[in-house]
Amino acid sequence: MKKLLMGFVASTMLSTSLLSGCATSSSSIETVATGDLGVIIERATGSVRVVEHSTETQLYKIDGLGDLSHASIVFSRDEKFAYVFGRDGGLTKLDILNGKIDKRILQAGNSIGGAISQDGRLVAVSNYEPGGVKVFDSDTLDLVADIPAKGSNGVQSKVVGLVDAPGNKFVFSLYESDEIWVADLTHASKPEITKYKDIGHQPYDALITPDGRYYIAGLFGEDGMALLDLWYPEKGIRHILENYGRGSKKLPVYKMPHLEGWAVAGDYAFVPAVGHNDVIVIDKKSWQQIATIPVHGQPIFVMARPDGRYIWVNFAFPNNDTLQVIDTESKAIIKTLKPGKAVLHMEFTPRGDNVWVSVRDEDQVQVYDTGSFEKLETLTVEKPSGIFFTNRAHKIGL
Amino acid sequence: MIKRINKKTILSISFLLSLLLNPVLAHSENDSSENDSSENESSENESSQTPSAERQETLIHLLKQDCGSCHGMTLKGGLGPALLPEALADKPNYVLVGTILYGRETLAMPAWDGILNKSEVEWLVAKLKEGIE
Repeated sequence: MKKLLMGFVASTMLSTSLLSGCATSSSSIETVATGDLGVIIERATGSVRVVEHSTETQLYKIDGLGDLSHASIVFSRDEKFAYVFGRDGGLTKLDILNGKIDKRILQAGNSIGGAISQDGRLVAVSNYEPGGVKVFDSDTLDLVADIPAKGSNGVQSKVVGLVDAPGNKFVFSLYESDEIWVADLTHASKPEITKYKDIGHQPYDALITPDGRYYIAGLFGEDGMALLDLWYPEKGIRHILENYGRGSKKLPVYKMPHLEGWAVAGDYAFVPAVGHNDVIVIDKKSWQQIATIPVHGQPIFVMARPDGRYIWVNFAFPNNDTLQVIDTESKAIIKTLKPGKAVLHMEFTPRGDNVWVSVRDEDQVQVYDTGSFEKLETLTVEKPSGIFFTNRAHKIGL
Repeated sequence: MIKRINKKTILSISFLLSLLLNPVLAHSENDSSENDSSENESSENESSQTPSAERQETLIHLLKQDCGSCHGMTLKGGLGPALLPEALADKPNYVLVGTILYGRETLAMPAWDGILNKSEVEWLVAKLKEGIE
């Protein structure tokens, strides 16, 4: 709460000198930093909460962001602004220091996510309707480039798995056209696009490795994943994990897994299986599957604690009341937690001491110690979904 | 679940409508004859099994939050198509009921059979065509 007042006082004092000697006793203005702030989406009410994770407190509630079901956030590199991508095509630039909307536009009819460029100057949004990517100036939100996603099959496709990549590039996948596009925005208003066709059926989401080298799209319509090595883009798409799930019937998928983030521990990567109650372990050198870990349900997020020792997993409906923790060495489940109905997202504090968990149907965000698994704090937040901490500002692909 | 023999009366269309439109009446009807016919039996009375008021609330929550994963919380569409009345108007109810119950594998629509029963799906389809608040 302290910071709420400070932020308010600081911003007020910038515009008027009337407060001098009133709220603050001396002439010094306490500076507020953003390095330990975060934003939590309240999906049902079109609002967000700005939080501080050092003290587990809520600083602001900001309303008026439209339809935030499946909303996501990226941060400006100074960590002052959060860009919120709403389902209804809304793009909102939040001033998280002062707890207010800086700018807001409706840029499409239906959108799914976004990314910020390497240089921090461009914000890209991936749209379902009309299918494509729009690129905006991160300062003004003026449109810089419009990239309709019309695939070689003639379909203007929904765009999924949009990420930023080194070289001021954006990489994304076309759900109905089975393509991956790399857009080079070195000259922002004239994007140079490289298209990869027949990458596999129905890419539903994608990730980029933290070093910005590998772009990997999950496929819904067939087994396996599509891999693009951005160090050697001329080599094209490689199919990996092709044998996964062969011969065994898929379970109904009530929610698509999210590939955001990259759970890596040593030489291994951990990814959610589609239509199976498994976490798949991949050898990063050979891209071969080396193990399958049966888990409580169909995984949605498979996330490594920042030190890589443990993997935390949440699940799709109807098994979404549970979290499981996997030891990356033994590949055994070492803990099962029941936070409550509809566990939607997890976010680790930057160095991994705590994890914040959104529990939608309980209207709670719970904070756990990642070593002892003790619940440290419960915050009341209305229908929380995504939780985003500002340290994402400095990570490729987030 | 207690099974009871139900009244043999076949409900008139108007009474059916009043059931759908009047939750209180529907609820009291349910109280007296909730388990008239088994869930899988396709008797004429099946569609009269309006879900209880409490179950209706659960179904709407499920629709917005979980169907909303793909169709959008406001049902305007996402990875899955829009489920607004104008989008569904020309689609026969039985097609929609079948799609929900048994899924459409190539379109990533999962089967809800086993989680929802037929009368619940029929009730949801009717609500979707009316439009959901």
